[in-house]
Amino acid sequence: MMLEIDNLEVAYGAVRAVKGISLNVAQGKIVTMIGANGAGKSSTLRAISGITRTSGGRIRFDGRDITTMPAHKIVALGISQAPEGRMIFANLTARENLAMGAYLRRDTEGIEKDMDYVFAMFPKLKDRIDQPGGKLSGGEQQMLAIARALLARPRLLLLDEPSLGIAPILVRTIFEKIVEINRELGTTILLVEQNARMALSIADYAYVLETGEVRLHGNAAEIASDDEIRKAYLGER
Amino acid sequence: MKRHRSKIYLLLALVAAAIVAKYQTAISPYYFQIIIYIGINIILASSLNLINGFAGQFSLGHAGFMALGAYTSAVITSSLHLSPGTAVSYPLFAGALICGGLVASVFGLLVGIPSLRLKGDYLAITTLGLGEIIRVIIQSLGFLGAARGFTGIAKLADFFWVYAVVAIVIFTIANLVKSTYGKGFLAVRDDEIAAEAVGVDATRYKIVAFITGAFFAGIAGGLYAHFVTYINPSQFGFLRSFEIVVMVVVGGMGNIAGVILAAAVLTILPEALRAVAQYRMVIYAFLLIVIMISRPQGLFGQRLDWSRVWRWVTRRSSSPAKGES
Ligand SMILES: Nc1ncnc2c1ncn2[C@@H]1O[C@H](COP(=O)(O)OP(=O)(O)O)[C@@H](O)[C@H]1O
Ligand SMILES: [Mg+2]
Repeated sequence: MMLEIDNLEVAYGAVRAVKGISLNVAQGKIVTMIGANGAGKSSTLRAISGITRTSGGRIRFDGRDITTMPAHKIVALGISQAPEGRMIFANLTARENLAMGAYLRRDTEGIEKDMDYVFAMFPKLKDRIDQPGGKLSGGEQQMLAIARALLARPRLLLLDEPSLGIAPILVRTIFEKIVEINRELGTTILLVEQNARMALSIADYAYVLETGEVRLHGNAAEIASDDEIRKAYLGER
Repeated sequence: MKRHRSKIYLLLALVAAAIVAKYQTAISPYYFQIIIYIGINIILASSLNLINGFAGQFSLGHAGFMALGAYTSAVITSSLHLSPGTAVSYPLFAGALICGGLVASVFGLLVGIPSLRLKGDYLAITTLGLGEIIRVIIQSLGFLGAARGFTGIAKLADFFWVYAVVAIVIFTIANLVKSTYGKGFLAVRDDEIAAEAVGVDATRYKIVAFITGAFFAGIAGGLYAHFVTYINPSQFGFLRSFEIVVMVVVGGMGNIAGVILAAAVLTILPEALRAVAQYRMVIYAFLLIVIMISRPQGLFGQRLDWSRVWRWVTRRSSSPAKGES
């Protein structure tokens, strides 16, 4: 397993956001974590990235314990994240945002090539290259956030609600690009989504979170056809 | 290429400082003193700009760092009995200034550590408290003259020393924040979580900002001490810190040129307004509030566009034939 999470707990003071989640991500797959608002999805991703402290459990990447590792070391190991709400550097230009994504890299040529790659993937970004990140539209910011995470050349890409707050037509494009990243670059993806239908349609495996716990997990296709899931998360009766 | 050019600017500035220094006696002592204070305030404001403007850590303890540099260097030069003009005084004075800067940066580290856990108002209050603690400790030390102050400091700082340091500070900070490494400061300020998420060690940046900022504030303190030749703890109180913060806020947090300009203007302004001098802090506080509300990015925003300033100046002062191009 590329990523192994064992009994993870995250707490904010008295609020227990994650109460013992266990989750695995196999190399080369797209794994999705779905669940209602407040289920603890973002907390889990932030714990993996080392941005939020864990209060229990273990996280292993390539067999190596990264539970207490600082965020910048985790990026260096090959995990990067496009965080919820995009978190673009508002005062840096789109190009500088991308350059920050490659902050830990020293291979100038490789960075150039990857820049070209993300511009080919998101041509709209190229038009906005010298604009401050804060001036971009929601959809463009989302593309920039994904592109920025890609510039770290991750082996595991964490995506936190890439469809949040963007136009419905763009949502489809973004999901197509996620599949493309997985197929073309071979990047393993852990995708957090509230748009369960979309997420299940592209994922190999799925975890359903409820109030800080794994309620159910299985092949994405099985989850998508589970009666209760269809009622609770896919809005069917 | 670009890097090269900034080194040439630095060299030019140093040469200019040396030339002007030769003729410094030609200027009236009163104006000369203001020019020196402008230089010292540029150093203070620029170094605070690194902490407040670039790293986004609201610090209110800058006068404390200045005091440490002032007292440390004064103790060194006094115990060495340095006198101005002697060949040996130059390297030793430089050494004393650097020692003052180093002592200040050690405290910068101590102040920087709480910044890792504290944010916004809490950090401002903590740094304010630490600055005051430094002052109170100095005030209680007999060998530093306690509240009476430290007298008989050699007048070693002159135009050249002050403006050479101004040039070095601006050069250092401009290069630091323009480099790829320096972009990390801007990233931390814009969004700390996102910065961490791309691999920026936000902790290290904050500490570097505090250490570097405090170092230069310490040097400014040393220059100040060796210009006025008499220092006492009340010169380094909260109001001093506050003045420097106002310079940074007015100039625009993170705007190098804007902060330089604001430091100069806000040094001259109180002199021009001598008649209402007792209301200076009231005016400052009022200015700060108005700017914070109406232009939180500072008077000149993120970037001061010199070409626009230039056009503005030429339009006013020259014949209409020149106009805009
Ligand atoms: N920084 C925080 N401070 C305090 N509580 C938080 C914080 N972040 C999240 N929470 C709480 O933790 C719980 C899980 O939140 P989160 O991980 O964001 O869930 P999700 O991403 O699934 O919506 C919620 O109850 C939320 O209010
Ligand atoms: Mg979330």
